[in-house]
Amino acid sequence: MSFALPPVLRRVAPQVVTLVAVCVLVTLFFPGFLDLRLSDGRLVGPVIDIVKRSAPVALLAIGMTLVIATKGIDLSVGTTMAITGAVAAWCLDSGLGVGPAVALAIATGLVCGLWNGGLVAIIGIQPIVATLILMTAGRGIAQLITEGRILTFNDAGFAWFGSGAILGVPVPAVIWVVTGVALALLMRRTALGLLVEAIGVNRRASAIAGVNATVLLIAVYVASGLCAAFAGIITTADIRGADANNAGLWLELDAILAVVIGGNSLLGGRFSIAASILGALIIQTIDTGILLAGFPSEYNLVIKAALVVIILVLQSPQFMAEVFFWRRFGRKNLAPDTVKEDAR
Amino acid sequence: MLLTIRSLTKTFPGTKALDGVRFDLRAGEVHALLGENGAGKSTLIKCLTGAYRPDAGEIRLDGQPIAPRSTSEAQELGIGTVYQEVNLLPNLTVAQNLCFGREPRRFGMVSSREMKRMAQDMLSGYGIDVDVSRDLGTYSVAIQQIVAIARAVALSGKVLILDEPTASLDAREVEMLFDVVRGLRDRGLGIVFVTHFLDQVFALSDRITVLRNGCHIVTEDTAALDRVRLIEHMLGRALEDEVEHRAVDHGVAGPVKPEMLAFDAMSRRGVVEPFDLRIAKGEVVGLAGLLGSGRTESAELLFGIRGTTTGTARDEVGPVRIDSPRAAIAAGFGFAPEDRKTDGIVADLSIRENIALALQARRGWARPVSRTEQARLAETYIKRLDIRTSDAEKAVGELSGGNQQKVVLARWLAMNPRFLILDEPTRGIDVGAHAEILRLIHELTAEGMSLLVISSELDELIAVSDRVIVVRDRAHVAELTGADVTTETVVRAIADHGREEVA
Repeated sequence: MSFALPPVLRRVAPQVVTLVAVCVLVTLFFPGFLDLRLSDGRLVGPVIDIVKRSAPVALLAIGMTLVIATKGIDLSVGTTMAITGAVAAWCLDSGLGVGPAVALAIATGLVCGLWNGGLVAIIGIQPIVATLILMTAGRGIAQLITEGRILTFNDAGFAWFGSGAILGVPVPAVIWVVTGVALALLMRRTALGLLVEAIGVNRRASAIAGVNATVLLIAVYVASGLCAAFAGIITTADIRGADANNAGLWLELDAILAVVIGGNSLLGGRFSIAASILGALIIQTIDTGILLAGFPSEYNLVIKAALVVIILVLQSPQFMAEVFFWRRFGRKNLAPDTVKEDAR
Repeated sequence: MLLTIRSLTKTFPGTKALDGVRFDLRAGEVHALLGENGAGKSTLIKCLTGAYRPDAGEIRLDGQPIAPRSTSEAQELGIGTVYQEVNLLPNLTVAQNLCFGREPRRFGMVSSREMKRMAQDMLSGYGIDVDVSRDLGTYSVAIQQIVAIARAVALSGKVLILDEPTASLDAREVEMLFDVVRGLRDRGLGIVFVTHFLDQVFALSDRITVLRNGCHIVTEDTAALDRVRLIEHMLGRALEDEVEHRAVDHGVAGPVKPEMLAFDAMSRRGVVEPFDLRIAKGEVVGLAGLLGSGRTESAELLFGIRGTTTGTARDEVGPVRIDSPRAAIAAGFGFAPEDRKTDGIVADLSIRENIALALQARRGWARPVSRTEQARLAETYIKRLDIRTSDAEKAVGELSGGNQQKVVLARWLAMNPRFLILDEPTRGIDVGAHAEILRLIHELTAEGMSLLVISSELDELIAVSDRVIVVRDRAHVAELTGADVTTETVVRAIADHGREEVA
């Protein structure tokens, strides 16, 4: 059972196996799933489509992983996407240009993060309540910015963030890969990862050990806000318009699901950004796969839910312990001698 | 024989927690289960209560082999357990707690009148005066403990396991609890009593079983064992001197140590009255007082965990800022807290990470303590403090209490602080680790570190302290130095009702 895998790979192994299994499953129903070709200097194919489409959830999941590692949760990320998208669209609509639009959108994400972080770390409101405030109020703010309509724009420069390509790879995919790698490296090459995990497990003990828990807590919500801003920019660029009502709607839940599929505990502590991203890819593969496999669209949510349940049950340590117990129990009845060998 | 255990074995990755252990419990006896931290007491109890499944061996209750798979199954079989931390719901009434899960029903609804009567029945004979319709949380821990016992006895009724029941009780409450336990013994229950307080073992138990490193060492009648032999059984080596008593010679005034830190008029309204404190280099100051007298609170002011209303701190050079733990650490302070579960350890992280945590926090996130450096630190302190673990990557939460305490100590020693506050450093720790920690205190002061030690165990406090400050009713009321430092003077100062203000 025990391969000599490096710890990082051992950590993400269940998610990799799941992703491969889901891909195999989809390929059985839709043989062309793994097709890949070059068209107009771009890679195209279902797999590339998935990598591109998973951008918003993957980005949200990256930030959400850090927040959840501190025993928190950020329900406002979907709304933050809507606000940042609205800000970007408003900038373009007012003729400010691409640079200011991106800068202001990112600044907006930062402010949203600071707001959440302040409520949680300084005022001490429970994360689920604190971020619920922005989740509900934020849609209103986004509507005020778009003045209640869908704010469209025609700016090829900005649209590049949604539909452009770098070396044949879609820009959204590049953005989430770069963000994920950068944050993961930042966490693991510095001591941030350890400190975040420490405050997630025991904030009080960490503070007594001298960890600046308040600043760190604010920082993870800011990181989450920034990731949401990137996601907001991508979505807005993709549809060339800002829809305050629907942009990022319910995506916070997909992001949380991605983190959970990634095997990160909602109780905080140990985290893996890579595993959360794999979680996001798994969700998107299921979504796309169901469509490709040709099931009527009304089955989508049910099939998705069923698959998610299966994945989570297989990942549950309690379930696995039970399985091992019964397997050992079964063998004990057959050959008591071999069991002693195993116990060692 | 009420309960017999034969060749019980339980293995965890890297350690054999129980190795062919046997244990007998008669009806109508109190049987003390003793051993150092990590000797296997908890594992044995968890096997009995169904929290663990043993790998091999046999448990018989009334001659019938049993294999409880959960706590509730063990309860139904007749084995009830009461833990140090009361496992009841403080926000429900006493009656609701007692009848939880088997509420008397009338027309499908819970009948509160019937429930009250049932609860009163269950508590009768325990000699406590409790209004069963009040919330459990409004009563003292001792009363809650007795309620927990009453519940366990009513549910199970054959075997009662008391796991460190007295750890957070004062002397009077301990006596009250013991009366209850003796009553139950006389009613024919078999009682397993786990504790670190040897005095209580001799006061209460009929027989003693000692475990060491997962093995059964000895079972004997309490009357046939003396204290020294018992400790030798627990440690597995002959004892030169139980605790290195009188290590500090209070009679002789040594060379005057240079003053290092001075705290003036430290106070927090409603928590601690203003007090002054001088600490010399290499000095150990003891802080004595009852639980809740303001001992821990004083320490928390000094370490910046609680804000001060008034007060200043300075060292040889000038003022020192201690308005947060971070500031206090920057000033060279360290603090090993009393409640190590909530304030000390970061349970899910490894021993290595826990030891490196404070060092890392001081260095800042951008300059990580490298993996090799962390491993070296862990290696050093696992050896120096004799932390019992299979390896440094084990989560601290899986260690026994004494070893967790050593990890917290290691965290601060790695910082090489000039002033270290130890709040109850030996609470819940076995004799072996106890002596080691006292020895460590001597070593540290010899290296020039100053210490503030808080402890409820006066003998121990007096043995290590150059000076003892007595805290009573949130005020520092007396300071004893030199030959005045004896158990008797300290006790008198704690008990003294004439309030001569010293601070």
